[in-house]
Amino acid sequence: MKANPTDVLTGIYYIDGDVAAGYGALAAGCKLVAGYPITPSTEAFEAMCRKGPQVGTVFIQMEDEFGSISAVLGAVWSGVKSMTITSGPGYSLMMESIGFGAMLETPFVLLNIQRGGPSTGVPTKTGQADMMQSRWGSHGDYELIAISPDSPQEMFDYTIKAFNLAEKYRCPVMIMSDECVGHMTEKVVIPEADKIEIEPRRFYKGPPEEYLPFSPDPDLVPKIAKAGDGLGLYITGRVHDERGYPVKNEEFKAKYVRRLVDKIRLNKDKIIELKEESTDDADVVVVSYGISSRVAVKGVEIARQKGIKVGALRLVTVWPFPDEKIIDLAKKVKAFVVPEINYGQIVFDVARCCHGQANVVLIPHGGAGVHNPLDISDAIESAAKEDKKIEGVVEFKTRLEKIVFERGLKLKE
Amino acid sequence: MKAKETKTQEIQSVPSKKGEIHPMENLLRMDRMPHIWCPSCGIGLAVTAFASALEKANIDPNKISIVSGIGCTGRVAGYVKLDSFHTTHGRPIAFGTGIRVANPKIKVVVFSGDGDLIAIGGNHFIHAARRNIDMLVVCVNNFIYAMTGGQVAPTTPLAAYATTSPYGCVEPPFNIPYIADSSGAVYVARWTTLHIRRLINSLAEALQKKGFSVVEVISPCGMYYSRINKLGDGLDMMKFYHDNVEIRHGEDTKNLDIGFQTKIICGKFVDRERPSYMERYNQWLSDVKGGSRDEG
Ligand SMILES: Cc1ncc(C[n+]2csc(CCOP(=O)(O)OP(=O)(O)O)c2C)c(N)n1
Repeated sequence: MKANPTDVLTGIYYIDGDVAAGYGALAAGCKLVAGYPITPSTEAFEAMCRKGPQVGTVFIQMEDEFGSISAVLGAVWSGVKSMTITSGPGYSLMMESIGFGAMLETPFVLLNIQRGGPSTGVPTKTGQADMMQSRWGSHGDYELIAISPDSPQEMFDYTIKAFNLAEKYRCPVMIMSDECVGHMTEKVVIPEADKIEIEPRRFYKGPPEEYLPFSPDPDLVPKIAKAGDGLGLYITGRVHDERGYPVKNEEFKAKYVRRLVDKIRLNKDKIIELKEESTDDADVVVVSYGISSRVAVKGVEIARQKGIKVGALRLVTVWPFPDEKIIDLAKKVKAFVVPEINYGQIVFDVARCCHGQANVVLIPHGGAGVHNPLDISDAIESAAKEDKKIEGVVEFKTRLEKIVFERGLKLKE
Repeated sequence: MKAKETKTQEIQSVPSKKGEIHPMENLLRMDRMPHIWCPSCGIGLAVTAFASALEKANIDPNKISIVSGIGCTGRVAGYVKLDSFHTTHGRPIAFGTGIRVANPKIKVVVFSGDGDLIAIGGNHFIHAARRNIDMLVVCVNNFIYAMTGGQVAPTTPLAAYATTSPYGCVEPPFNIPYIADSSGAVYVARWTTLHIRRLINSLAEALQKKGFSVVEVISPCGMYYSRINKLGDGLDMMKFYHDNVEIRHGEDTKNLDIGFQTKIICGKFVDRERPSYMERYNQWLSDVKGGSRDEG
């Protein structure tokens, strides 16, 4: 299905990533945005409020993040596409309802413009430390999809993709962006509506008396309905059978939750998008995502000038994790170098998939800034020179970390 | 338990006279009976009153969504044959706000407990009232957190016992009609589960209102509240309501505090007009854009 022309603000813009994501949501057909202001995500919400009336999108600023995500879920069940926008502390507040959304197989999108944490952290500056929270933040077993754009143009493009994935797999989709990409201003091209592919909602169209809201299609995803269609929906966060009725026996629990997990795991190949470059004969592969992948480009370039064979693997989709890709590369390369703006999150998944076949180096960053590309090139260089197999994840000592340690900020022995 | 099972069988085996069906069968999910509520609990009475009010108000049931949070009362959505949403603890009003704002053809009814709506969900309650979202909120107040086994609630009267106020509640309770009134609700009433006829009338009237309406239903909880406070069984609670309720329509909501085993003032306290959220939204849209969304 093509996008609706009235939803698409076709043109060439010079806007920041936040605004681009907002316009992307409108283009995807988002008809309700509910939010609660929080730096550095507010501009996306504001942009949608400004343009909402023009494209027929309702906006509501709720009283807190519990409210905004709950309103989004309600809106989806009343038949529209919907998104909420947040960062840091607001993201933490939304955790319960993310699991609720996953449990109800509610297609919705959450835009997280990550900032430096923990707690209030550095509200105006960047971070990538919510990555594990996005995967494991709500209680219980579930799977969702997370994508990590690295430019304003991608914020537009991948917000549309996020909506499409949400509809296709009936699951929450997190856009795990960050302050740098959110506040970076660049050229963004919004094409004509007929150039934009939109995934329609998988509405049930059969006879009402035969509808089973949680009876899956062959791809394990059930057809959805909406309130007001006379189907007598029964939607609950309790484990439920195909009718939606709560059940508490082991067998149903296994059956239902298994499917929630498998509908993502077994469709991984179709969901995951990676950008891979020069990995074929690489000694070292840099694995990165979001803003760090943009910084890594420079680091890789410097290392190449020194004659090192280095490839780059960019995780556009972070969750589900591309296990197979890493397993495959681990057989061929000497080491993976993982720059991320945290003290180690995605790097542990890389290590998990390596099975000790390649060394794994983390280039940490505490947040409120991005990596120095020289640290990335140095890390690549030393990983390429290392001939020993080293168990576990090795931390590269960055220039920043050295300063911190030299000034005696480390724990006293 | 036994008694409940036989009752269900009775309901299901009522012979239909000339194609007649059980009066509640269109509105209740009979295939989910028996329900979980204990003997002497008043939630079932509130549901029955609601079902009668729906018929009386003559609203197309296909256009009503019923949203509950978590708790004993939170189970209501699951027993009513409407589009039913059993959401998370405290969030039914916010969830219902999403339904209503995204699709104004749908009438939203939130049916939940006092803890769900006034403690963890208190913020959504006052803000939905302030916005005047078109929504009927039925708040079953049993003075306690029943589902989790009898802990203190923001409605527990001073000095009443609960498992987490083992020496008597030291916190003054909320007066729900007063919060609703002062936050902007357009319709506020309170009844007990003894006052079924009046409760039905109130619910039917509130269902017809545009804007945020609140009906508080004082309900016995024989299992937790009455037991820990030694108030007798369900019948004793009904008798208490009979002897201690004073009906005072139009009473200033300031005066509606409920003490431990004191007089309970019931009635319709607020019935006024204020532009609803959708009315304002449409007005605003036509001002900025020259066109409004259709209102159901
Ligand atoms: C976030 C969260 N916290 C706590 C609970 C546990 N819990 C379930 S029901 C309930 C209280 C319900 O009380 P009330 O709303 O008064 O309903 P009642 O059971 O009395 O009808 C609590 C605390 C929960 N489900 N979710």
